[in-house]
Amino acid sequence: MLTDSSQAGSGPTNPHRNLDADAFTLRRRPPSEKLLDLGFRQLTLVLASVVAIVLLGIFITVFQGAREAMASFGLSFLTISSWDPVNEQYGAFTAIYGTLVTSILSLAIAIPLGVGTAIFITEDLIPSSVREGIGLMVELLAAIPSVVLGLWAIFVMGPAIRPVLNWLHELLGWSPFFDTAPQGPGMAPAILILVVMVLPIITAISRDALNQVPIELRQGAYGVGTTRWGAIFSVILPAAISSITGGVMLALGRAMGETMAVTMIIGNSFNFSFSLLAPGNTIASMLANQFGEADGIQVSALMYAALILMVLTFTVNVAAQWIVRRLSLRY
Amino acid sequence: MTSSSHSSQSADSSKGDACMSLQNVTISYGKFEAVKNVFMDIPRGRVTAFIGPSGCGKSTVLRGLNRMNDLIPGCKLKGRVVFDGHDLYDPKVDPVEVRRRIGMVFQKPNPFPKSIYENIAFGARINGFKGDMDELVERSLRKAAVWDECKDKLRESGFALSGGQQQRLCIARAIATEPEVILMDEPCSALDPISTLKIEETMHELKRSYTIIIVTHNMQQAVRVADQTAFFNAEAVEGGTGKVGYLVEFNDTERIFNAPGQQATQDYVSGRFG
Amino acid sequence: MANPSPITYDNTALFDRRPLRYDPWLTRNLRNLLFTGIASIFAAIAVLPLVLVLFYVLMQGGRLISVGLFTQLPPDIGMEGGGIGNAIIGTLLVTLIASLIAIPVGVGGGIFLSEYSSGGWFANFVSFGNDVLAGVPSIIAGVFVYGTVVTTRVFFGQSYSAMAGGIALAVLMLPTVIKTTYEGLKLVPQELRWGAYGVGASKFVTVMRITLPSAFTPIATGVVLAIARAAGETAPLIFTALFSSFWPDGVFDPIATMSVLIFNFAIMPYQAQNELAWAASFVLVMMILAANLLARWIARMTKV
Repeated sequence: MLTDSSQAGSGPTNPHRNLDADAFTLRRRPPSEKLLDLGFRQLTLVLASVVAIVLLGIFITVFQGAREAMASFGLSFLTISSWDPVNEQYGAFTAIYGTLVTSILSLAIAIPLGVGTAIFITEDLIPSSVREGIGLMVELLAAIPSVVLGLWAIFVMGPAIRPVLNWLHELLGWSPFFDTAPQGPGMAPAILILVVMVLPIITAISRDALNQVPIELRQGAYGVGTTRWGAIFSVILPAAISSITGGVMLALGRAMGETMAVTMIIGNSFNFSFSLLAPGNTIASMLANQFGEADGIQVSALMYAALILMVLTFTVNVAAQWIVRRLSLRY
Repeated sequence: MTSSSHSSQSADSSKGDACMSLQNVTISYGKFEAVKNVFMDIPRGRVTAFIGPSGCGKSTVLRGLNRMNDLIPGCKLKGRVVFDGHDLYDPKVDPVEVRRRIGMVFQKPNPFPKSIYENIAFGARINGFKGDMDELVERSLRKAAVWDECKDKLRESGFALSGGQQQRLCIARAIATEPEVILMDEPCSALDPISTLKIEETMHELKRSYTIIIVTHNMQQAVRVADQTAFFNAEAVEGGTGKVGYLVEFNDTERIFNAPGQQATQDYVSGRFG
Repeated sequence: MANPSPITYDNTALFDRRPLRYDPWLTRNLRNLLFTGIASIFAAIAVLPLVLVLFYVLMQGGRLISVGLFTQLPPDIGMEGGGIGNAIIGTLLVTLIASLIAIPVGVGGGIFLSEYSSGGWFANFVSFGNDVLAGVPSIIAGVFVYGTVVTTRVFFGQSYSAMAGGIALAVLMLPTVIKTTYEGLKLVPQELRWGAYGVGASKFVTVMRITLPSAFTPIATGVVLAIARAAGETAPLIFTALFSSFWPDGVFDPIATMSVLIFNFAIMPYQAQNELAWAASFVLVMMILAANLLARWIARMTKV
């Protein structure tokens, strides 16, 4: 080695060069490694495109399946409430009405509850350990499977709220929304169980949004002499409103598509009634109940209903993303 | 006698009555004491500067003067802060009322996510203002020397302004509620020299009507704007749990910078440490 | 503007000065108290469902726990006793199939979005599509798999199968796995990647040896939560995995799962079946809560 390097040293090349080249055998990357590099990139690209393929696949499958029913029933499918497998007459109005009414009313109840809870656990009204405990419990509520909530709704919540629903019927029976006697399953219990399901989403997103409001804004509000709730209503909530609205829209999408708990408690009736105390149906619960046993044009009618549900949830979810992006630019 | 012990450190009282009086104030975060045993009488109608090295507790004391520390979990104040004949930390005192009479401008400009107009009107409205709001907004912005920049975009977001303008908007917001005292927590630390100059000019205008207390890192700024200067320092405590701040000296700004009574002050103002 | 008129102040006239003393009967203080009360009541209501659901699941389900529950098949209609052994195995199997599909695909897709794409139209489309897919109702995932796997009988002529159920769950897991992978990788400081490139590492080596391991905790947390969520899903399984009263035959046959068992047995008018639904709820909820606690524990490891 010594003689080697001394000989090389007399030449034009650096004496250490050969030594280094021996020690680092991979200084020139072999083609296999370059291939691996490129191949891995292509692999991840293919895996990423699975999302796009699945999404398109869902749309095409549902659309193809729905074509026969779309041709037979057209847009009257949206306004007819009969679901008659004998005469093959199908309309999804009852289910669409049920989907919209249950999801919107459940949100109307869940928004104040969720945002109020989020404020309660982001303000320093109580020790932080208690606040974290409440936050944890709300998050765990989100982890309870829908079907377990449905089971609980059938055997515990349903019987428990029966007297309240009876009372509502007696008090407000004159209005079309309460003019049927409560009979166990129905829209009202479905709305309540949806509240339980969307509450964690609204609470979690509102809490994150409120936590992101800079402390300086809060100090500024206190600095001009607001009370706690003055600061919340006039400065903190307005600063967080875009994220909260986005969360509410996501929750709306979830409520529309929620299947199991609603299916188990709503009664799955195709007879249309305005009444919240009567059994009803949603698109998702109709799919869950009928799909396994349907054939012929009934499958297509169900696909048509599924398409409507997809369009509804798609619109709501895209609106949610748009709201978050659009409104967040202001602050 | 507590009064004699703190009068030795305060400026001589013939220069005006005390607006706020700190009596043996100790502020701690949890178990950690940030600043200890502060006595001082802050004169009315003047500009008082708090100077000192980082971590000496000057901002903590400032925030203690309008109970802004209530927002920080675990922050406790011992001693008395007397304003208008009341101890501000008396449980019977309403902190909201305190902040309505002792306004604050913060280190970072923090306009509300509202229009420029609403930024000013908000504070006035919640303070029960009944007069002409347009006039109040204009007057406040004029006093804060930011009217010319704002007058054509009153309906635009406060964020449309530059950093220096935002800070003057925050000053306008503070003076719109007509407080008796304005606390300024390093109001120029995030600003360029030109904006800083403008805000200092604003302060000269404001001291005709308000008592101003300013925390600053910048000794030249204290010399330029303050009538009185308080020098805070921090020393390590035995046990090594960090530093605890204390008030070294409080006197006319001229005395502090030219003939300080303490060696530590002399070292700090001459740039030997800090 | 040539002569900026001096501004005159009259500080006292503009505002009423109130004493500093706290006045509990002041409107603003009453309002403050009212809203604080309302918020605390709302928080109590928000916590109530979890307490009640857990209480009943523990009470009704917990008392039925026995060895037989795990080792026996559900009873025939009208019979007593029995267990949910087949459904427990089924849930584990279907969830495993879903994980084996969704985790590699999702992690790979997340790597692409974070490490390889530079914000082109394709990456934007994938990331938008991912958000849309996350919002697709779970029942629609079932309809999709029903249309593509069940009716076409692609797997050896079999229609309903554990495989079909696993694919449906994978569709639901995929967006979560991609999102957590993407966000986990985005948290890795850029300097770390530069450091690896600086010593001559290839992109593949950097991703596999440096970036991905650094993001292990957030990804693992998200993946565990996604698995827990999939294990409790029912809607996509009703008409893909279907149900079976027998022990699993293989991945290409219909299979029982706990979630579908709860659904089927809850609406039956027989007490033995209803009780098994509660017992299955107990087992399922315990598994899911354990997974959630595991995820939390993983997440806490990095913070130290």
